Amino acid sequence: MSENPREIMEFDVVIIGGGPSGLATAIRLRQLAPDTSVCLIEKGSEIGAHILSGAVIEPRALDELLPHWRDSGAPLNTPVSEEHMLYLTQTRGYRVPMLDRVMPHMRNHGNYIASLGEVCRWLATQAEAMGVEIYPGFAGAEVLTENGRVVGVATGDMGIGRDGKPGDNYAPGMELRAKYTIFAEGCRGSLTKQVMQMYNLRKGVDPQTYGLGIKELWEIPAELHRPGLVQHSFGWPLDDRTYGGAWMYHFGENLVSYGFVVGLDYPNTWLSPFDEMQRVKLHPSFRPYFEGGRRLSYGGRALSEGGLQSIPRLTFPGGMLVGDTAGFLNVPKIKGTHTAMKSGMLAAEAVAEAFLTNRVEPGSYTRRIRESWLWDELRGVRNIRPAFARFGMKGGALYSGIDAMLLRGRAPWTLHTRHADNETLEPASISPKIDYPQPDGKVTFDKLSSVFLSNTNHEEDQPVHLKVRSMSMWKTVNWDVFRSPESRYCPAAVYEVVDEETNPTLQINAQNCVHCKTCDIKDPTQNIDWVTPEGSGGPNYPGGM
Amino acid sequence: MKVLVPVKRVIDYNIKPRVKADGTGVETAGVKMSMNPFDEIAVEEAVRLKEKGVVTEIVAISIGEPKAQDTLRTAMAMGADRSILVETDAVTEPLAVAKVLKALVEKEKPDLVILGKQAIDDDMNATGQMLAGLLGWPQGTFASKVEITDGKAMVTREIDGGLQTVALTLPAIVTADLRLNEPRYASLPNIMKARKKPMEKITPAEVDVDMTPRLSIVSVAEPAGRKAGIKVDSAAELVAKLRNEAKVI
Repeated sequence: MSENPREIMEFDVVIIGGGPSGLATAIRLRQLAPDTSVCLIEKGSEIGAHILSGAVIEPRALDELLPHWRDSGAPLNTPVSEEHMLYLTQTRGYRVPMLDRVMPHMRNHGNYIASLGEVCRWLATQAEAMGVEIYPGFAGAEVLTENGRVVGVATGDMGIGRDGKPGDNYAPGMELRAKYTIFAEGCRGSLTKQVMQMYNLRKGVDPQTYGLGIKELWEIPAELHRPGLVQHSFGWPLDDRTYGGAWMYHFGENLVSYGFVVGLDYPNTWLSPFDEMQRVKLHPSFRPYFEGGRRLSYGGRALSEGGLQSIPRLTFPGGMLVGDTAGFLNVPKIKGTHTAMKSGMLAAEAVAEAFLTNRVEPGSYTRRIRESWLWDELRGVRNIRPAFARFGMKGGALYSGIDAMLLRGRAPWTLHTRHADNETLEPASISPKIDYPQPDGKVTFDKLSSVFLSNTNHEEDQPVHLKVRSMSMWKTVNWDVFRSPESRYCPAAVYEVVDEETNPTLQINAQNCVHCKTCDIKDPTQNIDWVTPEGSGGPNYPGGM
Repeated sequence: MKVLVPVKRVIDYNIKPRVKADGTGVETAGVKMSMNPFDEIAVEEAVRLKEKGVVTEIVAISIGEPKAQDTLRTAMAMGADRSILVETDAVTEPLAVAKVLKALVEKEKPDLVILGKQAIDDDMNATGQMLAGLLGWPQGTFASKVEITDGKAMVTREIDGGLQTVALTLPAIVTADLRLNEPRYASLPNIMKARKKPMEKITPAEVDVDMTPRLSIVSVAEPAGRKAGIKVDSAAELVAKLRNEAKVI
């Protein structure tokens, strides 16, 4: 596409992605090797713009990375003070007793409720003060290789028209070359996907499985606000074959983070994660908090749920994977920030060592991971999420209790994930339809008014960044068999079926996309490829998200 | 010939602004900020004049909190040669801004100042005009075309009902309207190079300007939500509603 040669810039290390893992990698690198030149690019318009998490953050990794974070303005200000896990029926919520013993992973004492976007913005200022070069607004679009080694990435061209041809303000991408390239793209990274194929990194491991988290940020009346409250739920409205539940965290100045996660191995094609999230707010265990409040923001993001069994090979010639693009999330804990950061720090240590020995592949990273608390932590909980997939929600909860109380995470067996998430949908004809309530405009809302609050924007005149490989495949599989599941699982109303009666056609409203990556994961035939749009496109999550 | 381009850091145009819970203003904490879009057009125009060989130096100026240096870096990535940051935590009202700019004009002695016609945060549309008044310079506001020939700026202005072309004797003030040009992207190589371009930092006190606000904000409220529409069954019902309820006919 670009005929005029791209400009080239050389660095010691290039990091793709400005989330907790990428920023922790950058900071650790400059701590260990202050002369290393580190360049970090981020596709969001600014650091934090694409960061979406609950978030209850365990500060373990942060304590190790920046021990004085409490004195340097880190935005972790609301310690968890009260915690409940609710089992919901349609009309009631039952507290799980002895939570500390039944679900020890959920013990949140010493953890903080925070906006992960704000934490990342703060980490970025720390990194810049240490000399890391951070460039938000530029998407990694292409992996550069030479003689079988990754030698960097190229940023996307800007100013390409919808027809694929350069427009008046065309600006070619740039080659960022590095001795080591670190992919920190978050769950289901688009370049990571290419690298995994190139080097066959998933060979011999379980398929990765995912969840989709959809979140709202609310401001509620002060008299209802209980700073430090953490409330999770499972059960209603999901059936026994569908993994998921809601969260509600009270933090900051009358802020409430509310959201819902659905395991993307759900079987019912009629399920709409967005509508599930909306209707849980109507449950008596949640509703009182939202009445009289106002909704400030909205967004969605996929997360990795495969755990230890699904972690791919982490290194390849010229680079490595860190954070959730590798899949380091601790599912029973519902936390991935501390593990993402820890993996980044260990990657930085491996890179610093690799520089000294001039190694092509920073292989000590894998050993460092296996010797760290991160590995122990993921090992201890490795059977829990797969147990839910195998035994259903009730059976999984029972297994999880036994695992925690009797086996204490040291079961001599390992449960494996058998199916990728794109293989689990059942045909529309045999799936029970779900009747979702109409939005009331006060507590519950429709999709479009929600997407509006994500401040999502894409330059309109650019190629569609959701690439459907075959439209006839869409018709015969997605429409004829599953009745367009993408129009329901997409939390941003990107996918829409027009002319349903006469000639069903898929319309892609790419400018709505909040970069959650669910379509890339869940499409039954893997017919949809999510590629990076023009840099700085996508959501602009505000502080608090 | 030297050009000054003042640029303002404002809430990004993609962001839905949110009124603070106490009604004292708009929430800016944790909100994405960018260069005022009309100022981007002003920078672009200066850069195009430089590319045509008319202009030799472009100086970008921003007045505001330290973070405004990001905005100046963007201006330099687009093509400004150097920049001046006037650091202040005060609310930047047009008159105080115009006074600071006047002082910098007297110091830098440019032949042209190109500003955005207004900032999208307070929509004042006043700074360019005030600066022209304070300096006693001619002004071409709402410019959709600028040509420099023989010591004059020919400025086509967007006015009600058409276009008006004025000839300004330099030095002069031009304020940029939407159709003047389409700003370029700040490319990654240029952003990297802009990090090495000089940025001077001063305070309003150094140029003897008192930033104390002269305007007081009484209250800030969000526009009332739109009421849900209704469907009428017939034209007669519509007419009746328009006459009796809406009282528009």
